[in-house]
Amino acid sequence: MSIRVKFFASLRERVGHSERELASDVASTVDEVWTQSTEGMEMPANLLIAINMDYVERGAAVTDGDEVAFFPPVTGG
Amino acid sequence: MPVEIRKQAFQPWQVLQEYEAGQHAQVGGQYGATAVFVGTMRDFNEGDGVSAMTLEHYPEMTERYLERIVEEAEQRWNLLDALIVHRVGEILPADAIVLVAVWSAHRADAFDASRYLMEELKSRAPFWKKERLEGGGERWVEHNTPDPGAVDLSKDHQS
Repeated sequence: MSIRVKFFASLRERVGHSERELASDVASTVDEVWTQSTEGMEMPANLLIAINMDYVERGAAVTDGDEVAFFPPVTGG
Repeated sequence: MPVEIRKQAFQPWQVLQEYEAGQHAQVGGQYGATAVFVGTMRDFNEGDGVSAMTLEHYPEMTERYLERIVEEAEQRWNLLDALIVHRVGEILPADAIVLVAVWSAHRADAFDASRYLMEELKSRAPFWKKERLEGGGERWVEHNTPDPGAVDLSKDHQS
């Protein structure tokens, strides 16, 4: 299996893709997923992160089959 | 207590009227207070004219968080019903962006819960706005401004 990575809004534009598929053995934390899927781009200070559509903190563990999403502060309403 | 994402423009008062006549009718007679908030697109922001907006969202996560904040409001206040409708896609000035309605026996619960729903939606539901400026060009709205009068959740609410 693998880890699915998603990017939204301004972050999607900066990273240059909306979705990535990572082999599950290359990353076991959110930070590693970020590094692997952004070619080492620096993590923005206000980054929001979700695993399987629930908010998590940086450093959260990632397991095979997870969907990890990175996005900027939300601006709905 | 439904939550709904709409890709097409909607008339909030018509949606409300249809909702009250439909599934909501079962609580008719029980509520004494209805609080309604409608968020509408402005044609200006931060000193610039804005001609249109694109609202992006994270499908499924959005619905999950809207349902979650409604559940949280139900636990904190005595609510008979609640409704959230939120637009995505291309939006024009004067279009409704969001409709939040809360029905309860008394006004305090309706006012507080509707404000809670709006503030939590603005800080947690994964939506993002990109503005198209009148002078040309586009820009992402970087963050929502916190509401200084928002319900303080650190205090236990007495209903």
